[in-house]
Amino acid sequence: MGSATSDPPAAAPPDATAPSGRKPLTDAAETGLKIVVVGGFGVGKTTLVRSVSEIRPLNTEEVMTQAGVGVDETGSVTAKTTTTVAFDFGRISLNDRMVLYLFGAPGQERFWFLWDRLFSGTLGAVVLVDTRRMDDSWYAIDRLEHHRTPFVVAVNRFDDDTARHSLDEIRQALALPDHVPLIDCDARVRTSGKTVLVTLVDHLYQLALAQESAS
Amino acid sequence: MTRRPVDTGAPDRLYTVTGGRSRADDSFDLVTLVVAECGPTAGMQSEHVRILDLCRHPTAVVELAAELALPITVVRILLGDLLATGTITARHPRLGQTAASHPDTALLQEVLHGLRNL
Repeated sequence: MGSATSDPPAAAPPDATAPSGRKPLTDAAETGLKIVVVGGFGVGKTTLVRSVSEIRPLNTEEVMTQAGVGVDETGSVTAKTTTTVAFDFGRISLNDRMVLYLFGAPGQERFWFLWDRLFSGTLGAVVLVDTRRMDDSWYAIDRLEHHRTPFVVAVNRFDDDTARHSLDEIRQALALPDHVPLIDCDARVRTSGKTVLVTLVDHLYQLALAQESAS
Repeated sequence: MTRRPVDTGAPDRLYTVTGGRSRADDSFDLVTLVVAECGPTAGMQSEHVRILDLCRHPTAVVELAAELALPITVVRILLGDLLATGTITARHPRLGQTAASHPDTALLQEVLHGLRNL
């Protein structure tokens, strides 16, 4: 996560055709698409979103009401709990008609119920990994496999990571099947973030191609 | 990055905004693009006015929520009101809400093309 700078709330602009800093989509925009970036806290999800987004990443919240079991660890016996979950997102206009939204989703176990509901219909996911805290990635990978959401794994190489594990070592440590693409990235760099997205969509394309030729 | 509290300590506000309703229109996806079909009219609730202003150009539900600093569910309720009166139209995503709907190769090729041209 990047540093949380707080901006003043956007007041209703006097000239609503040009709200401060807002960059509207083209009027032909008709198809919204979603890709989710998951990973543990501090792994660089927002940094990745920011590096490729055409807008400054925005933050929004959802209040989720859910049967209490398994949602949080308070052990509450109330029938329902309300949890507020924040997530960041960015945007890429692919062409006049198609716009891709990138969501940075919290990877912690207790947030996954939100993931299921909010992020249904995603093209696929990027699992962002910090090799110093690989434990954080296991749960995300497990849930993606469970939901059959296609994904790639991107290792965000931090400058102060002295171990420098090879991708082979990381694949083994994550018990990642051979068919799942695994790449290095620097989430701060636009071209690197772009490569991660291209790797994911190329992977999705290959999966769709195989499925179409099989049917 | 914009990070501001949405509902902290102010549940009354959300209750007022939605007139006490908590059930949202599920047809609005996070990336459904909303377009205003007319301008705001006199006497309209201020949140409805802001939505119509923001939606002079297509705007995703999630962007509306961020701009209005309201939770997604509340925005869905407000959009349901506007849809019912025909003041907005909604362009829903091609990929359905079910896991069964997979993107086809033609769509993915377009996405790849767009990404490579970034």
